[in-house]
Amino acid sequence: MAGLGFACLLLALMVCAYGIGASIYGVRAGRPEFSESGRRAVYALAGVLTVAFLVLEVAFLRNDFGFNTVADTSSRTTPTFYRAAAVWSSQEGSLLLWAWLLSLWSSLALFLTRRRMRDVAAYATAVLLGFAGFFVSLMIFYANPFATTRPAPAEGVGLDPLLRFPTMMIHPPMLYSGYTLCTIPLAFGVGALLARRVDADWIKAIRRFAFAGWLFLGAGILLGARWSYSELGWGGYWGWDAVENASLMPWLTATAFLHSLMIQEKRGMLKVWNVSLVLATGTLAIMGTFLVRSGVLNSIHAFGGATLGVPFVCLIGVLIAGSIYLVVSRREMLRSENRLDSLLSRESIFLANNLVLVGLCFVIFWGTYFPLISEAVTGQESSVGPPWFDRYTVPLALVLVLLSGIGPVIAWRRATLANARRNFMIPVAVALIALGGLAAAGIARKPLALAMFCAGAFVLAVVAQEFVRGTRVRKAMAGETAPRALLSLVQRNRRRYGGYIVHVGIAVLFIGVAASSSFQHATELQLRPGQSTKVGAYTLRYVRPTASITPKYDRAHTGSTVALGAEVAVTKGGHRVTTLNPSEGYYSSGEASQGTVGSLIGGQPVSHVSIDGGATRDIWGAIQPNIESGRLKKIVEAGNRTLSPDEAIVAIGLLAREYLKHAPPAQFHFIVSPLVLWIWVGGLIVFLGGLVAAWPAPSLVRAKAAARFRARSSRELARA
Amino acid sequence: MAVLIVIAVFVLIGLIVLVVGTPLRRAALQRAAAAAGGAAPPSGETSEEPLRRAELEAAREAKYREIRDAEMDFRTGKLSEPDYRALDGELRAEALRILDALDELDRASGREGSEQIG
Repeated sequence: MAGLGFACLLLALMVCAYGIGASIYGVRAGRPEFSESGRRAVYALAGVLTVAFLVLEVAFLRNDFGFNTVADTSSRTTPTFYRAAAVWSSQEGSLLLWAWLLSLWSSLALFLTRRRMRDVAAYATAVLLGFAGFFVSLMIFYANPFATTRPAPAEGVGLDPLLRFPTMMIHPPMLYSGYTLCTIPLAFGVGALLARRVDADWIKAIRRFAFAGWLFLGAGILLGARWSYSELGWGGYWGWDAVENASLMPWLTATAFLHSLMIQEKRGMLKVWNVSLVLATGTLAIMGTFLVRSGVLNSIHAFGGATLGVPFVCLIGVLIAGSIYLVVSRREMLRSENRLDSLLSRESIFLANNLVLVGLCFVIFWGTYFPLISEAVTGQESSVGPPWFDRYTVPLALVLVLLSGIGPVIAWRRATLANARRNFMIPVAVALIALGGLAAAGIARKPLALAMFCAGAFVLAVVAQEFVRGTRVRKAMAGETAPRALLSLVQRNRRRYGGYIVHVGIAVLFIGVAASSSFQHATELQLRPGQSTKVGAYTLRYVRPTASITPKYDRAHTGSTVALGAEVAVTKGGHRVTTLNPSEGYYSSGEASQGTVGSLIGGQPVSHVSIDGGATRDIWGAIQPNIESGRLKKIVEAGNRTLSPDEAIVAIGLLAREYLKHAPPAQFHFIVSPLVLWIWVGGLIVFLGGLVAAWPAPSLVRAKAAARFRARSSRELARA
Repeated sequence: MAVLIVIAVFVLIGLIVLVVGTPLRRAALQRAAAAAGGAAPPSGETSEEPLRRAELEAAREAKYREIRDAEMDFRTGKLSEPDYRALDGELRAEALRILDALDELDRASGREGSEQIG
């Protein structure tokens, strides 16, 4: 079967080569049948890569350890769900996932645009097949997912314990969907520049894919943050890790693009800016993939060991050079059709918003790639940590939240000061009330957090005002009840009100971030059973040690041999609040040199965090038991000397029992963070708002509404 | 197993050729039919007219949306009435220009159609 998979890769490369040639020939020679053949080559590519993906998937599900990737990342004891998802836990499998998702999304994009922009689409087809061909070539020549070893090993190494969590398994497909969807607007941008057609039709075509890329990338980022918080044992959700930053940068430029696209649509302005953003977003998506796959930067996330750096650098170089050339050579056709009417207009707020987003992206880009640049120049490794990032991103984020509240209240083209004053009155009053109340509660000692809370309150008030006023207008115009009017309002103005919901989500998310990072109480200390500590207003007491041995008690299917932990009672003011049960899982290493018993627990230990989450606060606990203590070490050493591999599990039972009877002091990490829940809630609201904004109106309704509006416009235009 | 893999590969190749070759076969048949009928084969060049029409239709939809947005801005108090009337007038004039361009396109394709029939 590996032969079939590799043959699919070879076929895929040939299909890419043919499709590129056919598309370009078709559009240059005026032979539309060749352009269409090129488009169908993308469909064929999707089919072939689907077969390849299925071959690998079946190999994982059938435990075919003859496949090197299966042997390296799966085992007979890996639960089925994780085995199915382990396909993309390896370098090779993730490259296949990337190429496969790109082929699927490209097929969809080209199918939806098959009757429009034929010249633009032909060039876009060539670009997309170029990307696909690049990734397929990487698999054929550098990282073959179908490489085999015969005879096949009897058992695999198993899935990295850090990845044995549902959120982590869904995170890569979401993120890769985001990355691949971001390359589609890039391809259509290149196509539009080559065909010299950057017009309303182009905007309409790429908006939905830019939106989809933004949505999936955002979901992937949020899932990753959630995984970091709930599984990684350091208690944070964002560490300005290189791979985290790599996904955030294209999301920021995509956000900027979605806003400034509206200006081009309405006023024919910012064409150079929009085209540059589209090209930058796609290039940053490729650079993000480069960071994860090439192993060029140290990261807790990066799990690609093989050096794919050189091919990626070449591709990125071509993308950057090509983008600059295209924009400069087409600058005449990218001239703005209009000028900014007024600084007090939604256009200028969007422009300011864009500058902030791009500024944020630049800061993050510099901080992420600085180690590489520094090493290239000085020859010494260096890195930039969270304090550096926070210093520059926090003020920019504050301005961004403020602008997201100002924009909705200002009219397009021009607004008057009198109107602006009237519209800002209530939201500003709400913000000032929030300021007064929070300052009185002692929040003023953290001025940036206080500013963010007030900005968030301002945004929430603005959006509430918009919904109330819009519903009133709808009620007056259509005579509907308030709930019906609200529904109609959103249905008829999905982009506007979906966007407002996104702004609410962003405000809520940043309120959660500001609260949880500024008002966190944390402690790290050693405790014996019976000892306690205070964290903020809470008292945490180490009640008793806990131990569980797989598979009977491994309900989370983490695959650990044994998990040692603690029961921690949490009280506040003498009242029981909750009980935490953090533990550390010890995994098999497969290293015979560690001994029969040692090898059962010698793998990378993984913290199983315990969280009690709530609307106002999260109480988070992690434990690091001392497995090297005298008594426990003696059991392991004795077992190594006397027990065979089949008997070694008996020693693990003894180890667990000894731990329960004479638990050594354990290292605990406790955190009490306010409002963490609202980060995830905010993210969900952003996602929901994005869906509302992007949801197409039913075609019949759209056609009827368009027809009525055309008739009315024609009548009124005739009168004018 | 090796035989099955070879068969599967050939089936895939066949499907690929079928999928990507269909437009080429269709075009070749059209040319052959046109040649047999004595008519000139289709030029195969991408006509500018559908591209221009798509561009104008997208611009028209965007302009209608802008007119609706302006009305919404006025009714929700973001625009004063004088500003709204001025803006609405500008937007409707821009919409009229787009509708005129579409009408011109319709007339031109109507003229071409009658020339071809003639």
